[in-house]
Amino acid sequence: MPDDLNWAIGGEAGDGINSTGKIFAQALSRAGRHVFTSKDFASRIRGGYTAYKVRSSIDAVESVVDRLDILIALTQRTVDENLDELHDGSVIIYDGERTMMSDFEAPGEMTGLDVPLKRLAEEAGGAIMRNIVALGAACEVTGFDIAFLDESLEKRFGGKGQAIVDNNKEAARLGAEYVREEMVVETDYDIDTTDNDLVLLNGDEAIGMGALAVGCRFYAGYPITPATDVMEYLKGRIEDYGGIVVQAEDELSAVNMALGAARAGARSMTATSGPGIDLMTETFGLVATSETPLVICNVMRSGPSTGMPTKQEQGDLEAMLYGGHGEVPRFVLAPTTISECFHKTVEAFNLAEKYQLPVYLTADLALAVTEQTFEPKEFDMDDVEIDRGKVVDEESIEEWTNGEGQFRPHAVTDDGISPRALPGTADGAHMSTGLEHDELGRRTEEQEMRVQQVDKRDRKVETAVEREDWSYREFGDPDADTLVVSWGSNEGAMRDAIELLAADGIDVRFLSVPYVFPRPDMTEDIEAADDVIVVECNATGQFAALVERDALTRVERINKYNGVRFKADELAEEVKAVLGEPADAEVEAR
Amino acid sequence: MSSDIRFTDFKSDEQPTWCPGCGDFGTMNGMMKALAQTGNDPDNTFVVAGIGCSGKIGTYMHSYALHGVHGRALPVGTGVKIANPELEVMVAGGDGDGYSIGAGHFVHAVRRNVDMTYVVMDNRIYGLTKGQFSPTSREDFETSTSPDGTNQQPVNPLALALAAGGTFIAQSFSSDSQRHTEIVQEAIEHDGFGFVNVYSPCVTFNDVDTYDYFRDAIVDVADEEFDHDRTDYDAAKDLIMDRDKEYQGVIYQNESSVGFETREGVTEPMTDIPDGAPDDAMDLVREFY
Repeated sequence: MPDDLNWAIGGEAGDGINSTGKIFAQALSRAGRHVFTSKDFASRIRGGYTAYKVRSSIDAVESVVDRLDILIALTQRTVDENLDELHDGSVIIYDGERTMMSDFEAPGEMTGLDVPLKRLAEEAGGAIMRNIVALGAACEVTGFDIAFLDESLEKRFGGKGQAIVDNNKEAARLGAEYVREEMVVETDYDIDTTDNDLVLLNGDEAIGMGALAVGCRFYAGYPITPATDVMEYLKGRIEDYGGIVVQAEDELSAVNMALGAARAGARSMTATSGPGIDLMTETFGLVATSETPLVICNVMRSGPSTGMPTKQEQGDLEAMLYGGHGEVPRFVLAPTTISECFHKTVEAFNLAEKYQLPVYLTADLALAVTEQTFEPKEFDMDDVEIDRGKVVDEESIEEWTNGEGQFRPHAVTDDGISPRALPGTADGAHMSTGLEHDELGRRTEEQEMRVQQVDKRDRKVETAVEREDWSYREFGDPDADTLVVSWGSNEGAMRDAIELLAADGIDVRFLSVPYVFPRPDMTEDIEAADDVIVVECNATGQFAALVERDALTRVERINKYNGVRFKADELAEEVKAVLGEPADAEVEAR
Repeated sequence: MSSDIRFTDFKSDEQPTWCPGCGDFGTMNGMMKALAQTGNDPDNTFVVAGIGCSGKIGTYMHSYALHGVHGRALPVGTGVKIANPELEVMVAGGDGDGYSIGAGHFVHAVRRNVDMTYVVMDNRIYGLTKGQFSPTSREDFETSTSPDGTNQQPVNPLALALAAGGTFIAQSFSSDSQRHTEIVQEAIEHDGFGFVNVYSPCVTFNDVDTYDYFRDAIVDVADEEFDHDRTDYDAAKDLIMDRDKEYQGVIYQNESSVGFETREGVTEPMTDIPDGAPDDAMDLVREFY
């Protein structure tokens, strides 16, 4: 019977929802089951509801669906918020002894399991373990081996001593026992486990891990949701490799510290979100014109201004492409999955140093705070290569000096790339500046040199277009008449939507684009299709506009900007609507 | 570092465009002398300059240098020093750069106490934009943007530094070449944030805070009769809060100061990295089991 499991715990902020959810996700991962998590915040503006959702399967999962099978509801509102995802077979675990839940009744045909979570937790050693009791109950309901939950509890609480671990295990055991002995539950879950070793991580952690792997040694940042996890991941780990995390006084400072470290020759990065990007834009032109390699990670959230800080959006594309006065060469990379967050981070650092320019590495909230399972080989460290670009040493520097022995850090070259002398290199002393400059780095307003320097900086982009791989990732039916294009984190939901659409007889070709600039030329793909649809989480279709400009054509748009990521079934319906197909999934395929 | 370094080695071949008589000439000469006398050379020195007349110093000196964004020189210097503690880092800027647009960074750089030197060329005026009041201008100072005076209290930069936990707080006068050089040299030798506010008169736009004014007003705390103990916090506080006089010298020094990067355990330059991921990098992945 059902092997896929869609599980959630919900309550109020402060109820420990996130950490409990993570413990259950980790238990499933330990059992060799694939997991994809999402975090729910209220879609309406009133406080007090948060949920952690887990979709789990034997096969890889990479999107959320509109379905909930098991719900641990600490509040009535948790149920109300999820009525459209619950179904007649759903099981709701709640604590009827909690005052606010004393009148609770499971809606419709759903099964309500009244488990005295707090009382059993107190029996195990403390009311704080209430949620763990619920996890034990959930294991019993689904027939999931509680030993995996024990493993997860050990991982989570091991640092706090054996007594804490044992109490939590006891709490889980009591929850399971209560359901087994006191309740009649008719479910037929068969939660298989495998021997697969899986790792469970989110996008921010994947970015941090990629940075460590590829030699990032300096991180400066200012805490901001949803980018803070990158900083917190690096802190405590980067030091093992001789690096540092500096918490700056603001983002203006953070990006300038990172710039300074990069000038000194360290692989350096900062991470932030929209409001921080605005501040960092002040320095962005300096990074580019001084030809400093720097990785700026933008974990996007809803804007503008303070916007919706804990909500999903892909609204910063134009800010990253065009932000800053003057004309500034840059690269913009947008990983499309959590594992790609790792690989694109590795790539970003190499590109930054090879081409000596700022690289925006942009994830979004949906990638950053979502945990997903992977096989460890997805992060094969042997594949990580480090290319520091054209760095000169005390001997090779001679090739790059003028007749008076002065080093030429902005030498005009065919490929636009100049030599880099790291401070400390003998005879390499030079100035870098945000002023227009000559080959030596000295300010100039001389017309010919101005044009040469602008051209050389732009030539680096041309060189990169020739030398590097900027291709899209392709899914679906290569011969389909309908072409869907997306960038960033929508890949997982769209891939699942392809399956749903295929079941309805609608074939789709899907291009998932991880490179915003430079980006793949999709003109031929677009011309070959009857319908072209661009999917993105913003209101105006910023990527769609780029595609239209590149291909000189009009595309259809599917946009979402209510702060919630796309879901697969929702996307499938949206695609059908654009194509003028009947909305009902049960309608017989044409 | 070679021992035959002369201060002129820190001079670039560019001719300064500062007005003849500008205090910044003396300020820069003292910095170059202090660098040479502390055994530094252009290849191990990193100068970070702000924006304004003072910011041009990076162009006129010969060393590794960055001339950055207005007000953000201190964060850049912070990054340079932490990433490579073997470099001698000197940050230079004006009163507008440091105490107006960059005031936030100033306070935090002081309290962070990275081992670098910060020289502020304080002329109490905006020179490059041709004569507007600055954060250190007097309350009754008349300029094109303050025809009736500024109606604002001038910033007391030394007090800001003391309040932020400064470990080396000094003031000098660009025209007193010997003392200015000595004071900057001490700032370089200090393990931590060596802050020197330099009176560096603007001969074109400031007819109040002139060479003559400073010559008359300055009291050197190193004078014997003065008997100032720079490690005495309260005595330093009294001098700094006394705005009737202009004090020169090292006003306060915490001799047990240790630079931030050392306290953070950074000992080696972060510039050398392997050709691939670290040998134990798969441990990073296994953490997520």
